[in-house]
Amino acid sequence: MDVTELTAEPQAKQQEDFPGRVIVTPGGGIIASTIQDVINWARSNSLWPLTFATSCCGIEMMSVASSKYDFSRFGFEVARASPRQADVIIVAGTIVQKMAPVLKRLYDQMADPKYVIAMGACAISGGPFFYNTYSVVKGADHVIPVDVYIPGCPPRPEALLHALITLQGKIKSGLTREQIKANPIQL
Amino acid sequence: MELTNEYIKQRLADQFGDKVVNFEEPYGMFTFEAPKEDNLKVLQFLFDDEELQFRFLTDLCAVHYPDQEGRELAIVYHLHNLVKNVRIRFKVFTNIQEPDIFTATNIFSTANWMERETYDFFGVNFIGHPNLKRILNVDEMDYFPMRKEFPLEDQTRIDKDDEMFGRGGSII
Repeated sequence: MDVTELTAEPQAKQQEDFPGRVIVTPGGGIIASTIQDVINWARSNSLWPLTFATSCCGIEMMSVASSKYDFSRFGFEVARASPRQADVIIVAGTIVQKMAPVLKRLYDQMADPKYVIAMGACAISGGPFFYNTYSVVKGADHVIPVDVYIPGCPPRPEALLHALITLQGKIKSGLTREQIKANPIQL
Repeated sequence: MELTNEYIKQRLADQFGDKVVNFEEPYGMFTFEAPKEDNLKVLQFLFDDEELQFRFLTDLCAVHYPDQEGRELAIVYHLHNLVKNVRIRFKVFTNIQEPDIFTATNIFSTANWMERETYDFFGVNFIGHPNLKRILNVDEMDYFPMRKEFPLEDQTRIDKDDEMFGRGGSII
């Protein structure tokens, strides 16, 4: 049987962002895609965040987790208290020099693939503590590699949701950090 | 009997004579100073005396006065009489070259962490402290950040508008 005949038939209902297509055959269908795309798609829709909040941004993160904003709509609902089970660490707050080795250790303990979101001014650059401080690390990216930065002090819950969706887009693209940096993806 | 500032001052003067000096009452809170060698004697007297009964150490901290030669560091004890609800403040001064003070941990257990914090930020050396090491900052730190030689902010900066930081005023 010729494949073109089959693809000419109307497509079965499928999720819009599913990376591939369903070829309908009598009595069922065939999914055509690559394993890597399917894995990335599945991964991006089930990201388990580590509960890691070092200051006021953590309150906004809790707000996003609760019913009004509810990041479980995007697959982030299973907040883990153990880095062994987490996929993404949301650095929500100031990182002080005493916390930096702890953050590094948590990141090292997370299983690959792992992602980092720097939430708020402190996690990006030290924020209000940038000048003449004796204790604050000026950006979480001095300690661990960051995938998505969210500006704000603290950021709005919508901004965190946008960052989470941006991270999903990065994962679905299947590219590495370096590739995305060289050639930014459009969501 | 009510525990008035005058009465506390009288009891201290009777006990220590000329050693206790600089009596003040900022905002009504009785404040006095003693030589640093006598800090434990004064604290013990205030603790043991049946009427004074200052048996709670609310706070212990230090202040750096870089302009006062020979008495650059003040160590401040805040004491509380929980029975009569009276608070007093007790200061000792030391030079910054030898900031050695006797530890109060044998009188107040709570002084343990407070003295570690004071050591951490001001470098006050509490003689006899059971575990005098940094408590808040990283162990590798080789300076005492709350001393005045580390200014908090460069006051001559012109790229920051104070109005944006809730302090009023504008640079323009």
